[in-house]
Amino acid sequence: MSSFSVTEPTQRTKWVSGTLVIVYALVTMLPLAWIMLTGFKSPADAISYPPKVIFDPTLEGYVNLFTTRTRQTDAFLAANPPETWYEEIVREYDMVIAGPSKFGERFLNSVIIGFGSTFLSIVLGTLAAYAFSRFKIPLADDLLFFILSTRMMPPIAVAIPIFLMYRQLGLSDTHLGMILLYTAVNISLAVWLLKGFIDEIPREYEEAALIDGYTRFQAFYKVVLPQAATGIASTAIFCLIFAWNEYAFAVLLTSGTAQTAPPFIPTIIGVGGLDWPAVAAGATIFLLPVMFFTILLRKHLLRGITFGAVRK
Amino acid sequence: MAQIIIKNVRKEFGDFTAVKESSFTIEDGEFFMLLGPSGCGKTTTLRMIAGLELPTSGEIYLDGEEISQKPPSQRDIAFVFQMFALYPHMNVRKNLSYPLVSQGMARRDVRAKVDEVAGILGIRDILNRPVGGLSGGDRQRVALGRAIVRDPKAFMMDEPLGALDAEFREHMSEELRALHDRMGATTVYVTHDQLEAMQMGDKIVVMNNAVVEQFGTPQDIYDTPATMFVADFIGSPSMNFLDFSGSLAPGAGTVDLGGQHHAVPTQREGASGDLVFGVRPEHVKLSDTGAYRGEVLATEYLGTTQIITLDTPNGELKARTDSAQIATVGETVGLSFEGPKITLFDKASGQALRSELNEKVLAHG
Repeated sequence: MSSFSVTEPTQRTKWVSGTLVIVYALVTMLPLAWIMLTGFKSPADAISYPPKVIFDPTLEGYVNLFTTRTRQTDAFLAANPPETWYEEIVREYDMVIAGPSKFGERFLNSVIIGFGSTFLSIVLGTLAAYAFSRFKIPLADDLLFFILSTRMMPPIAVAIPIFLMYRQLGLSDTHLGMILLYTAVNISLAVWLLKGFIDEIPREYEEAALIDGYTRFQAFYKVVLPQAATGIASTAIFCLIFAWNEYAFAVLLTSGTAQTAPPFIPTIIGVGGLDWPAVAAGATIFLLPVMFFTILLRKHLLRGITFGAVRK
Repeated sequence: MAQIIIKNVRKEFGDFTAVKESSFTIEDGEFFMLLGPSGCGKTTTLRMIAGLELPTSGEIYLDGEEISQKPPSQRDIAFVFQMFALYPHMNVRKNLSYPLVSQGMARRDVRAKVDEVAGILGIRDILNRPVGGLSGGDRQRVALGRAIVRDPKAFMMDEPLGALDAEFREHMSEELRALHDRMGATTVYVTHDQLEAMQMGDKIVVMNNAVVEQFGTPQDIYDTPATMFVADFIGSPSMNFLDFSGSLAPGAGTVDLGGQHHAVPTQREGASGDLVFGVRPEHVKLSDTGAYRGEVLATEYLGTTQIITLDTPNGELKARTDSAQIATVGETVGLSFEGPKITLFDKASGQALRSELNEKVLAHG
């Protein structure tokens, strides 16, 4: 480029920014890559020192993650030859598969609780945000501040009261209890983010719909919601990421029926020794839904982050 | 189509009064302008007629029915927004269909009606386009189409030309007026542009500070302003105000200005104290014989006419004269005024004094 331009980046700027992005991506992605690799290692490779980057991949970690195994006598093993590829993997340690592990259930719990609370946060958040954005509500500013104030201390600070309350109400270790809890934490974020988005949607659209013969709710549903889709999507990602990754309350309040994956995965370590590949396999599978959800909505997310920066 | 009667309508937002008791009547089929500076309450008045705001008190009659507290969907009024407010997630056809779909009209009838309206507005070829990429004029036409498609009792338009560029406004305002003449629909049109109001309106309401200042035909409002605000707001350059003090008896036909007698329309009411002599620039004549004199401060050449700014003993004055008139800056010239066209005002209240000229207009305005 011969002439100076304010808007076009120079070649050097492109180089510098490109390099920075790549370095940053490497730093953040390295641990993830390491976990994913470890999931395909044998337990011996996983703990070898110096760490192995090149190794014989095996699905042992995944088999161990999804199954429970028992040690058997040689006579029993000889009498029952392995029938499937995963039986064969287990036989190397003179074991047989006794049944499925609890990982499937716990993962499903995570899906139910994570998506359930996200859905609830979005529904309640959108309605509340719409009301705050469009109607004259007495003490609206105080209410909004009150909603925000629920996030001013770490949620875990109220862990003990919540624990006692949940025990009294019979909400401990239930899906409903966890959905309500995560919704309560996420709702303030949802209301504030969505209010910002809805504020940006001109009122004229709804007014046009009202004039065109629709009720307030129809106008909201048919005109405002499609406009707010971007905001809803990015808010949903933030809510899901929180609910999906939450560990402390899950450890405290769930142990069986409603236990989510985060507290479950570390328990693998206690069962069959330090089975790092199984833990890594669990972590990898656990990452996938949020990853896909985020990739699916990433355009909205980017727009969500930069929303309102430039007036259209 | 319908007559709209606004009766003592008032609107408060908390402590702020947007519209004070206002009354006027919009006759069936009229193109009615709500004119005023921004923040004067004209848009609020329009929105109250449409049902987007509910009046704090007062009544609004549409076609004889009191509608002031009804939701907009039950009023059968169409609204054209300044920013058009086309539904951005729908294409042109869907935008036009939307008001009909809400009435539960059969799909085939909707299609036929939309095609008909698109034909009237000349937007048939863009029916399947998304509204995002349309030009300003086409958006305007789609917004009008969405309003006329369901044959409402009346149209509300909130500065519909405000978002268009100057060149296109002219064209669109003609198109709009032609459309109105063709459909004969009662139309209420909000604008802050006095020229637009004069050009397009059958009647004008001039509002200022939440109050209706005057209500009448463009000619009445221009020739016989009821208040100094109206006189100043309408016309470009606006009416000249020459301050003087004195006292007038009913029946007086002259006033004493700068030691000279000037003819005015026969006064119907007496007044004394600080008064204002209101004269339109085109009613000021430069004449060498005039005893009332002023110094030329500037001239503005406008083609067929010119605006001459003068300094007089009673304040600055602008005259609109033929451009052949010779005026040199710094020169002192004699001035005369067209007596029958003068309006006198009470300076404190800003109200016009009743005279032969304006008594009829002020009586009903």
